[in-house]
Amino acid sequence: MRGGAARAVFRSPVAQVAPRRTAATQNMPDNAARDMLVKQRLNRPVSPHLGIYRPQITWYGSALNRITASILSGGFYIFGFSYLIAPLFGWDLSSQRLAKSFGSLPKSVKVGTKMLLAFPFTYHSLNGVRHLAWDLGYGFSNKAVMQTGWATVAASVASSLGLAFV
Amino acid sequence: MAALRSSSRLVNSLRGAVSPVWKRGFASVDPISSFSEATSKSAPVVPESKTSTIKEPAPEKDSKIKTFHIYRWNPDEPTQKPRMQSYTLDLNKTGPMMLDALIRIKNEVDPTLTFRRSCREGICGSCAMNIDGVNTLACLCRIPTDTKTASRIYPLPHTYVVKDLVPDLTQFYKQYRSIKPYLQRKTPPADGREYRQSKAERKKLDGLYECILCACCSTSCPSYWWNSEEYLGPAVLLQSYRWIADSRDEKKAERQDALNNSMSLYRCHTILNCSRTCPKGLNPALAIAEIKKSMAFT
Repeated sequence: MRGGAARAVFRSPVAQVAPRRTAATQNMPDNAARDMLVKQRLNRPVSPHLGIYRPQITWYGSALNRITASILSGGFYIFGFSYLIAPLFGWDLSSQRLAKSFGSLPKSVKVGTKMLLAFPFTYHSLNGVRHLAWDLGYGFSNKAVMQTGWATVAASVASSLGLAFV
Repeated sequence: MAALRSSSRLVNSLRGAVSPVWKRGFASVDPISSFSEATSKSAPVVPESKTSTIKEPAPEKDSKIKTFHIYRWNPDEPTQKPRMQSYTLDLNKTGPMMLDALIRIKNEVDPTLTFRRSCREGICGSCAMNIDGVNTLACLCRIPTDTKTASRIYPLPHTYVVKDLVPDLTQFYKQYRSIKPYLQRKTPPADGREYRQSKAERKKLDGLYECILCACCSTSCPSYWWNSEEYLGPAVLLQSYRWIADSRDEKKAERQDALNNSMSLYRCHTILNCSRTCPKGLNPALAIAEIKKSMAFT
């Protein structure tokens, strides 16, 4: 390679206008090619992804859908499991007891807690309707996706606020 | 070797001004010393605030100077972290598209900047990259004329970087090959001449055959970021549907069977970044939904 570069200097001006292609290709068996690729990838950096992609309702909405799902199912399992093992540790998780202790909290904490529990439920439920429509092949245009996405956010905030003040 | 090098320098200096295009640098390939960058996490990037700015040579009075932050990484220096390099250009002297800016930087400012380009009119798909946070073709992306905000250019997200803005698309092409993107038939045509199609059947391929496989959609898909080894991704699935929907193809059932597992197709969670980003205005998400429907209702 280096010798070639040095030789190129001594070429005539005509040869310099149309440089000779020195790249050579070489066939290799499939597994050798794969090994070479693996070796190359060990050195190559992975380009930035989450941190640089522009926030859009499409993937932020989808991420929120998954986060709310985790909160809902996680909460369900945690409470169900604690209820199951409560007698072992002498916890009182009966509805009456919970209602009583919740009722003794200040108003702002009550509304805040309800909001925190209601929003995952409303957002995940309403977004689920979008997913049902998508599964039937409706609402795939970019405009429809943006409109229904923001409408879902607005409707779930409004309805969870409504639930919080019940 | 050292003698050759110095003599070539001597000859170069004797010959006076040689266009920098014809000069070749001496790339030194060091032995590989760091393997830490091969993890799924994106490698940390040195921010543009810590690197130098390469400026437009001599700004004029009514010039519109725009800053471009561009991702750089050189495989000849594998131990160096990727970095953001800033360039400033006068938009009055630059063409309207991002690709014009990149070509101008390469021609006039920094010939080491590396990117793929070919047709400059959105039909080859070579110049796909992440511009201002969205995957698109540099040749179809206008430079925002607002000179107060800088533009940021990265390679396609979550790809292995070959150099600067050039991603390694080997896996992408391999996946494309895996869906057998060609007409599969056993029976000969009825008239012995050509496979005929009604106008309605042909219409089903509109919005599918236009795909140029630029990989913008696949690399915009978070699901593809995390599962690119097994999930086919929007571009390849759109191509798969292009053959499933083709009335002349006789291997529809086999094509569907090949997708009928938890990874190939069903890692699509209708995030819809793909349709949002497609520079050709196609709708890969709809094509994937049609595949899912065709598999659910048969």
